[in-house]
Amino acid sequence: MNNQRSFFFNVDWVTVLIYLCLCTIGWFNIHAAVFDDNHPSIFDFSTSAGHQFIFIMSGLVIGTFILLLESRFLSALSPALYVVTILLLILVLVVGRGVGGNQAWIDLGGGFKLQPSEFAKFATCLLLARYLSATNVKVTDPKSFLIAGAIILLPMVLIKMQPDDGSTLVFCSLIFVLYREGLSSYFLIIGGLLIALFVSSLVFNAASVVAAVVIAAVLVVLIVKRNRPLVLKVIIGALVAIGFVFAVKPLYNKGLKKHQRDRIDIVLGLSQDKKHVGYNQNQAKIAIGSGRVWGKGYLQGTQTKYSFVPAQSTDFIFCTVGEEWGFAGSVVVMGLYLFLVLRIIHIAERQRAPFSRIYGYGVASIIFCHVIINIAMAIGVMPVIGIPLPFISYGGSSLWSFTILLFILLKLDSNRMGVIYA
Amino acid sequence: MNNFFERRYVIAGIFITFILLLLARLFYIQVVDDRYELYASQNVVRKFVQYPARGFILDRNGVVMVQNQPIYDIVVTPKQVKAFDTVEFCKLLGIDKDGYDKRMAKAVKYSPYRASVFEKQLSAQLYASFQERLSEFPGFMPVQRIIRTYPDSAAAQFLGYIGEATDAIIKRSGGYYSPGDYVGITGVERSYETLLRGTRGIVRSMVDSRNNVKGKYAEGIYDTVAVAGERLESSLDLKLQKFGEALMKNKVGSIVAIDPKTGEILAYVSSPTYDPNLLVGRERGNNAAALYKDPYQPFFVRPVQAYYPPGSSFKPLSALIAMQEGVITPQTTYNCPGYYVAGNRRIKCFHGEVHGTVDLSRAVAESCNGYFFMVFEKLVNGAGGRKTDTSYTKWRDNVAKFGLGTRLGLDMPNEGRGLLPKASFYDKVYHKGGWRYSTVISLGIGQGELSATPLQLANIEATIANHGYYYKPHLIRAIGDKKVIKHEYTVRNYVGVDSQYFEPVINGMQSVVDHGTAVGSRIPGIVMCGKTGTAQITNKVDNSVFVAFAPRENPRIAIAVIVEHAGQGATWAAPIASFMVEKYLRGSISKRPTGITPEYYMNSNLLPAITPKTPPVSKKPSADSLKKAASLDSLKKVKLKSIPVKQQNSLKETAMLPNRRSNE
Repeated sequence: MNNQRSFFFNVDWVTVLIYLCLCTIGWFNIHAAVFDDNHPSIFDFSTSAGHQFIFIMSGLVIGTFILLLESRFLSALSPALYVVTILLLILVLVVGRGVGGNQAWIDLGGGFKLQPSEFAKFATCLLLARYLSATNVKVTDPKSFLIAGAIILLPMVLIKMQPDDGSTLVFCSLIFVLYREGLSSYFLIIGGLLIALFVSSLVFNAASVVAAVVIAAVLVVLIVKRNRPLVLKVIIGALVAIGFVFAVKPLYNKGLKKHQRDRIDIVLGLSQDKKHVGYNQNQAKIAIGSGRVWGKGYLQGTQTKYSFVPAQSTDFIFCTVGEEWGFAGSVVVMGLYLFLVLRIIHIAERQRAPFSRIYGYGVASIIFCHVIINIAMAIGVMPVIGIPLPFISYGGSSLWSFTILLFILLKLDSNRMGVIYA
Repeated sequence: MNNFFERRYVIAGIFITFILLLLARLFYIQVVDDRYELYASQNVVRKFVQYPARGFILDRNGVVMVQNQPIYDIVVTPKQVKAFDTVEFCKLLGIDKDGYDKRMAKAVKYSPYRASVFEKQLSAQLYASFQERLSEFPGFMPVQRIIRTYPDSAAAQFLGYIGEATDAIIKRSGGYYSPGDYVGITGVERSYETLLRGTRGIVRSMVDSRNNVKGKYAEGIYDTVAVAGERLESSLDLKLQKFGEALMKNKVGSIVAIDPKTGEILAYVSSPTYDPNLLVGRERGNNAAALYKDPYQPFFVRPVQAYYPPGSSFKPLSALIAMQEGVITPQTTYNCPGYYVAGNRRIKCFHGEVHGTVDLSRAVAESCNGYFFMVFEKLVNGAGGRKTDTSYTKWRDNVAKFGLGTRLGLDMPNEGRGLLPKASFYDKVYHKGGWRYSTVISLGIGQGELSATPLQLANIEATIANHGYYYKPHLIRAIGDKKVIKHEYTVRNYVGVDSQYFEPVINGMQSVVDHGTAVGSRIPGIVMCGKTGTAQITNKVDNSVFVAFAPRENPRIAIAVIVEHAGQGATWAAPIASFMVEKYLRGSISKRPTGITPEYYMNSNLLPAITPKTPPVSKKPSADSLKKAASLDSLKKVKLKSIPVKQQNSLKETAMLPNRRSNE
């Protein structure tokens, strides 16, 4: 079992292959995004593409290193790792360097910067996995649920203070982990309904939304009228929903900052500002939309080449994919991601140890959440939220943290026949 | 594995659903919706118009009349402006700090990243000194532009001018022009606009988000090259034109000279004129305003826009029509008692001269009104008074064939028709059947409701010179390097009079110059055939009119000269015409037996005193208001006469319209 040879055989090479594909796609597209005639080489280390190559190579080193670790360490060290991360998140609020209005970076000197929120993702997953895998813990138990919730909420609050809305939002995806471990379906359903109510209250007037809620409630009651307790629940739910509808506007106006409201308004079509607030998203949409079926060809994207889309090598990297590779490229990239997350679920479910399974779901949820938010933002169906596209966006912290996140799972998986004790 | 194993499918299902939803959206914007492709190219492709050089215009001998001259605008790109010595800069351009700030604010408002005009049309010296110090003023650049320049300052009304396209022009052009484009506004610049402007080139470049040009779009396969405008060769003889303008200096009137063999217009003088260079450059606006205010109306293109009664110069035409109609022969005589009895009217010959028995040639030579009243009576009353209507219409049709009352189709804008009333006009005035030949008999001697442009008068002479046909008169005789001649200019237009009838008339016209009314304008060694006209203008000094062609054999020039309110045709118009003819045929002016010299005519000032416009009088004014108007009128006249001409010029409201309808 501890034989070097055998565990390399146990590594899930399919996942590694997808990982390498995504990294390569990222590297090439970053090259296209920052390409100029003075620096034509993809290996030019003065450009972002050259940097990304170094990040990928060092990411592979980190990945290999993780594979060489003892699985037991990962579980045992998770509380310490979590504490260190929380300390770093507090530290960044004090000494952090601002990038794009977020105080998210710690300067390590020598040009190296660290983004603690990236590392908080796997640290939180690890601790959550360790806590939930304990024999006496059940998510359905309120006390356990609260502790699990606290593990997730603590880094969220700290990251929100930077403020980094994107990364904060990502932690919400861990609800899938709790769900898999037994959290009531109501949480998912109510969460979904609240989002739907929120959006429709902004777009339509309150009266019509309330009318829709009442009609829906009446229909459900008619169907399930035999089931008295359920009827009661539905009626209470409908009343709460109506109250929520009226609370949305004040919440929206007071709870969100102006730039956040502006961005939401653009997506919902409530405002039409394509020059300022809507500029990025509009240009991103133009880039992607103009790619048509087969794209304009590598290094031929005019939106990309002539820098119409800001932040194109980082948060808006999908524009390059869409413009230069077209819908075909979009399908390939989205397909790879879907394959990856489904593969991760598959891996998670084949674990004997609950720790590994829970961690696996954490990985899948976080990657999925990043992908959905990033691409939805790029094509204008979600407000602009600064969040990287896993393995593809430019940046060392982001690439390394996703590598660590994924390779810890691969390590655990390679060891899946063993039992990990908390 | 625990009890919630199935939930993996729920989660996988959610993941798949979301990914598919995004893919569906991607499919929509990338495949279904094709707008984004357009938006992307709008972002990145900029069309840059390459303006071609406007075509030159040469005279018939290849002398340049209009050419292009480069001038320089200073443009500024605000974002590129760095700290520099503003005071020195302002001093150099001759502007103050305030002016600098205003110009800069305007440029920034236009675009901080794009260049816009800071100062227009620098003089050559200013440009030179600015160019030397260019490096001190980052963000400022000189940009070359082309303006028109006229080396000889002549033929302003022929050349016209160019100006920025107005909204109306832009609309009419269907979007060809954009604001700021230059376009021919009048003259040949307007009528040949499409040839002169050439073909614009379009270069499509790609720009980045900051509007920096990044190279050609699609390797330039959609680009077009600018093609310079065509070079036009005018029919004008610049020397003759300048000579004519000099002769007409300080006079109001016009000279049109035509080569009868081709219809080419040799001289096209409209007086008073102006220097076309005034309408170019920085002072253009002020100059144009001053010219508009000038009461003698230099912008009025008299050769085609002024209507003059032809007076006696009409008589040869009358004789030709009568012979063709068979109502007279060259031998037909008339015994002139010094007057003519038409119906119950007795009309005096000019100054009541008694011509005695005259035949056709003598009648032309001595300008006997009686003879031509008789001719007119035979033509219009020959079929009896009841058929006046049809006879008159026939007469009118014959006259119209010579180009009167109709546009000759000159290659210039705003050509006038002249006046040649239809029978229906007189029906309206006198009610149907209420008029006879005697009512309109003054038409027979080129008076009454008859008016012609100088071009029409000259064209009649060309027709007589050709014995019965004319070529369409034109000002541009060849287009482009290949010297293309329009087909319409090579076609003979016959006027319906057989050539045999011309000799007797031409004999008379030769006599006019040899020993008739224009004997003082005889040119030694050149046989000129002409006819004086002294068109009577109600309440004003007569217009001096002279029409002619020369030499008699193989004619090379046909000419019409009108000097407004100058007196008899023989006194002013005839000598001026004789100098023009001699200048063209001989190149120099010989010593005249009468001792007249061109210089005398050049130096004479015949500008009429500015008379106020007649106040509008209603059709049936009350006796009181009529009196009032009359007394007011006379009062003004008295006042104005005592004011020197220069001061009168500033009295805009008293501006006089040239004799468009002076005979009404």
